Amino acid sequence: MSLPFETVPVHWYLVLAAVLFAIGTVGALTRRNGITIFLSIELMLSSVNLTLVAYSRQFLGVAGADALTGQLTVFFVLAVAAAEAAVGLALFIALFRNRRTIDIDRINLMRW
Amino acid sequence: MELLVFGVFALLAVLSAIVVVSHGNPVYSVMSLVLTLVSLAVLFVLLGAPFLAALLVLVYTGAILVLFLFVLMLLNVGRESAGAESRVMKGVVGVGAVAFAAIVASLSVSLGGVDLAPLTPELVAVKPLARALFSTYLLPFEIVGVLLLAAVIAATVLARRPERPTEGSRS
Repeated sequence: MSLPFETVPVHWYLVLAAVLFAIGTVGALTRRNGITIFLSIELMLSSVNLTLVAYSRQFLGVAGADALTGQLTVFFVLAVAAAEAAVGLALFIALFRNRRTIDIDRINLMRW
Repeated sequence: MELLVFGVFALLAVLSAIVVVSHGNPVYSVMSLVLTLVSLAVLFVLLGAPFLAALLVLVYTGAILVLFLFVLMLLNVGRESAGAESRVMKGVVGVGAVAFAAIVASLSVSLGGVDLAPLTPELVAVKPLARALFSTYLLPFEIVGVLLLAAVIAATVLARRPERPTEGSRS
């Protein structure tokens, strides 16, 4: 049972992932709210995941190719992103408790 | 048909991503990131990775973004202050990002054009994924488990209320 309609070329997904990554980069570099910066980084991670899945699609159904490596890499990226979010949000809670702000322009304790 | 689904959800993903980075209220940013990730999950299904699509919706929007919302409500941060840095900086970042996207996109298009095998139920099955995860990738899998445990402990320690300072020394 193969799907009856024609497939979208893989490089369209790569273009979409590049656009999403660029948007996430702009957010991470221009925003000052710590949590919004964090959200932009999550966006960048997800766009990389889209790239990995798109490349693994190229090898799905090709004899002798290992298409699952890309998908499993996405699995590990998801797990590491969860760990990173937990630690990062705990950092923001600790920061807010001490400084009453998460505006990164006003968190310059370690700036030389 | 597949083209239509791709177009709609790609557009939705880009628009909601723009809202994520441009909206002043972080709660709206979290909500539009939910929209972006759900659109990406639909694209994952189109790419023959339904398990990862389910994982993305469950883990990301179900757990991580709810955690973000929870922290936002806890901290009660409002809109961010007026911009301190110059518009030149924002312009430079914007131009750089557009240039990056254009370069990567043109490279991808010039590399593209591989014939794809049609998707079959055997190709998108979860069973081979699980088999690889628990045999070839068993060690990374265990390491990720340890990493998550370490992250939980670290988060607990960081977010804990600090102990009372003893005899005048501030912690």
